[in-house]
Amino acid sequence: MRPEPRLIEVRKNVLKQNDVVARALRERFRAAGVFVVSLVSSPGSGKTTFLEKTLTLLRPDYKVAALVGDLATENDALRLARSQAPVRQITTGTLCHLEAAMVQNALQGWDVNQLDFLFIENVGNLVCPSSYDLGEDLRLVILSVTEGEDKPLKYPTIFHSADMAVVTKLDLAEAVEFSWPTAYKNIQAVRPGMPVLKLSAKTGEGINEYLGLLAVRLAELRHPTAV
Amino acid sequence: MHELSIAMSIVELAEEEASSRGVQIIAVHVKLGALSGVVKEALLSCYEMACESTSLQGSRLVIEDVPILIYCDSCRAQRRISSVQAFCCSECGTPSSEILHGKELEVIALEVQECVPNRA
Repeated sequence: MRPEPRLIEVRKNVLKQNDVVARALRERFRAAGVFVVSLVSSPGSGKTTFLEKTLTLLRPDYKVAALVGDLATENDALRLARSQAPVRQITTGTLCHLEAAMVQNALQGWDVNQLDFLFIENVGNLVCPSSYDLGEDLRLVILSVTEGEDKPLKYPTIFHSADMAVVTKLDLAEAVEFSWPTAYKNIQAVRPGMPVLKLSAKTGEGINEYLGLLAVRLAELRHPTAV
Repeated sequence: MHELSIAMSIVELAEEEASSRGVQIIAVHVKLGALSGVVKEALLSCYEMACESTSLQGSRLVIEDVPILIYCDSCRAQRRISSVQAFCCSECGTPSSEILHGKELEVIALEVQECVPNRA
């Protein structure tokens, strides 16, 4: 006779393995004094252009590097390499998001102690990346004006996994009749209090505010009491 | 769609527990928050796939939905939100991003049966 079934209490986080790796990465980044920024958005939001501009403008004053996730191609890494910053591609195959272990593997052979900023561009996807901590200090969710103002209402989860929203392609706002007040209101509806930046990587509008913010955050990381 | 890798993590986690306790798993109970980024229906179908050719083949996945609960500063209490498009207290309308529940993605229990030893 088979014994009766019974219930065992477990209580284990399903993503514990990822969280453990992410925590180790975060500690390693802190110890090295490198500020890590990750970017999430839908495909075609201008992440790569935005990142290329960021790397190019930061490079004269800071040591910067980038990891870029893509399903199949190395196009983004090639584009980012034009900034002269060290760039590595993480080709995920069919996987729709980056995980902490992929970041850890991609860093092999790099001395993060030499860096000021490390950028991690996630796979273009507004759903899956939200569940995975990558050990970053700042997660930016990018929303381009061409996507429409209601993206935050459609993808509230990703706005909750990010620390700050960045509205890009501002140079196209008029052409697509983008309403900044509506977009801002929608972001605040799903994530009250979320800081929002608006900029154009093409014209440079709003870029200085963003770069200034990164410099402040790096200083805070290195001298937590001085700022 | 990342539910398959989530399902595989659940199976892996459950298999570890089962082999360390010497039991056969009939069902895995998980808590799934509305803000976990995981879709229940997709997870259920992926679970079946993830169980194939493992000791969990034929087992069930039992999902307990966890609604989003915020802390409302005005009410000084744990409250539901108006909707997922409006993170406001459902009672007084004060906006809040202080999430108390809804991000859960955890295995909470295993329904098991003792393994019957094979007789030689």
